[in-house]
Amino acid sequence: MRMSIVEALREAIRGEMARDERVFCIGEDISIPGGYGGAFTVTLGLEKQFPKRMIDTPISEAVIFGMACGAAAMGLRPIADVQYGDFLLCAADQIIDNIAKLRYMSGGKLTLPLVMRAPVGVTGRGSQHAQNLETYFLSCPGIKIVAPATAYDAMGLLRTAVRDEDPVLIFEHKLLYGSKGMRSEAGSLDASSEIPEGDFTVPIGQGVVRREGRDVTLIGHLLMMHHCLLAAEALAAEGISCEVIDPRSLWPLDLPLILASVRKTGRVVIVEESPRQGGVGAEIASQIAEATPDCLLAPLTRVAAPNTPAPFAPVLEKQYVPQPERIAEAARRLVREY
Amino acid sequence: MSKTNKTAPASRPGFAPASRPGFAPASRPGFAAEAATTLKAVGREQCLAMYRSMLSIREFEEQIRFLFLEGKMPGTVHQYIGQEACAVGVCSALQSDDVIASTHRPHGHAIARGLPLASLMAELYGKSSGCCKGKGGSMHLGDLGRGMLPAIAIVGGNLPIVAGMALAFKMRGEKRVAVSFFGDGATNEGAFHEALNAAAIYSLPALFVCENNLYGASTAYSRVSKVENVADRAAAYGMRSAIADGMDVFAVHAAAREALAKARGGEGPTLLELKTFRLCGHSRRDPNNYMSKEEKEHWAARDPIPACERALTSAGLMSDAEQTRLKAEVAAEVQEAIRAGQQAPEPAPEDLYQDLYVSMEVPR
Repeated sequence: MRMSIVEALREAIRGEMARDERVFCIGEDISIPGGYGGAFTVTLGLEKQFPKRMIDTPISEAVIFGMACGAAAMGLRPIADVQYGDFLLCAADQIIDNIAKLRYMSGGKLTLPLVMRAPVGVTGRGSQHAQNLETYFLSCPGIKIVAPATAYDAMGLLRTAVRDEDPVLIFEHKLLYGSKGMRSEAGSLDASSEIPEGDFTVPIGQGVVRREGRDVTLIGHLLMMHHCLLAAEALAAEGISCEVIDPRSLWPLDLPLILASVRKTGRVVIVEESPRQGGVGAEIASQIAEATPDCLLAPLTRVAAPNTPAPFAPVLEKQYVPQPERIAEAARRLVREY
Repeated sequence: MSKTNKTAPASRPGFAPASRPGFAPASRPGFAAEAATTLKAVGREQCLAMYRSMLSIREFEEQIRFLFLEGKMPGTVHQYIGQEACAVGVCSALQSDDVIASTHRPHGHAIARGLPLASLMAELYGKSSGCCKGKGGSMHLGDLGRGMLPAIAIVGGNLPIVAGMALAFKMRGEKRVAVSFFGDGATNEGAFHEALNAAAIYSLPALFVCENNLYGASTAYSRVSKVENVADRAAAYGMRSAIADGMDVFAVHAAAREALAKARGGEGPTLLELKTFRLCGHSRRDPNNYMSKEEKEHWAARDPIPACERALTSAGLMSDAEQTRLKAEVAAEVQEAIRAGQQAPEPAPEDLYQDLYVSMEVPR
């Protein structure tokens, strides 16, 4: 059955709530009758099936994540979400100081099996509803971070995250959701998948090769994975063969998968939607550099947003987000010059 | 230093500890009769246990202070001297399956909750037999298996977690209560407001205990709030509130028992303000020069431990011999805990990488 990411997440949540009565959802506007089911309709209608396990909160992010932390410490398995990833910063103390550290500070005596969901992506909303927050949380030991770019992975990773004993932060992309009706997004890409029957999962920490190639490795997550595929398609017409890697998990990173590709191609372009400074790409690049000093034929190359906040003006926004053409240009240069 | 002493308190707006309106517990009409009723309701055995628990906290803190000043103890410490009645009064009213959460000043709460002294002392020394295997330290004492979340040292940070623990109890239909201890300093943090509002709207089985010791570090509460009583803020959330004398362990116990019964009975949370005072510095070597001599003397005269002794003795619940025996027992226990803590093994280098994730190794 073909599903969008929104549908896949919704069905995965429904399935996990049906399977395990400890699972519940907590967030803003997630189950208000006549409302949206969260900002992008992920939880739409779940309250009909689970009226007591959909907790609508005030606009109060410290409470959403603090309460999820407390409930998880007491043995429940919360799925906490924010309307926009940007709002995670309102709960940063709860997430970074409590959720990420409590198990360690306790000497391993408590567990926090909780899931955090956050939509990200530069999407016509200016600077404060369009950040890619991955980089902030990547420097935060104690949290696992995943970023599904397809509906199949969204379903598989959400199931895994709910069943995991550790805190898992899921970044979802607004342009990949496939939300419908009044919550649909202009400029969306099709990230839907054929969803098989049965209880499949996707392991945390396992990336995937989206397209095999031999000349250059393109690495990108969420929307950038799709832009990498478009770039690879364009370059194929020029006779340049790209391998596209979707890390799917940002922490832990599937370094063996990445290194195997780098050893094959010797050329790497790491793509991300957030600013270049201190970004996800910097982490991936340095891990590659440390592990494969002799394998690289060309300089490690990053394609990222500029070191500015996301702008509003549509022309500037298009310039800000790495487009397939920019990715292709970087890859083309590596192949031609090295 | 003496300059601060002379000028700061007198010029501080609203500073009048001895005559603070609205709270003069010892002179409240019917106070003596009320106290006697409380003692009777609590019963002799528990009264003595409460006294003993306060003694343990005081002795533990006094010994730590010396160890710290002598340079024998690592890290930093925020001590609980003067506030013993708060932790003991509340914790003595709890059920064994209730859970408390504390702050950067958690020694008293941990002892009152019954965590073994040796596991606390070992934790302060950063030893592997500590209640957090040496990974928490002074500011993160706790042991969930014994009803205490590892203390949250970011001011106000524990309140949303406590709301979440209470939510879990409510969702499962359990008759348990989650208790947050925090200071007056937390009441200007956003987390305080967010958590109280949430606890009220969901009618959670929670108790929010504000130990108003009148100072957030060196800053007087009166400088940072126009609201005289923290308890008054409960009205903003439609929450029940109460004020009790935080220097009277039995008054605290009675107030906590009432609030806990309401929470357990499905009547929602209470904001309980305990008027208390820190008879020591904020941390480390702080000589609290920002408090006036008069203020310190005023509160030292209300030290909760002698007050408890007087109450128990005058009610005929404790003899001089018993008091002497309890003090000797507690002193010996603390010495034994110090010995155990000092002799406990250091963590192994590999322990650095343990206890972060359940289902994966720390990537290196």
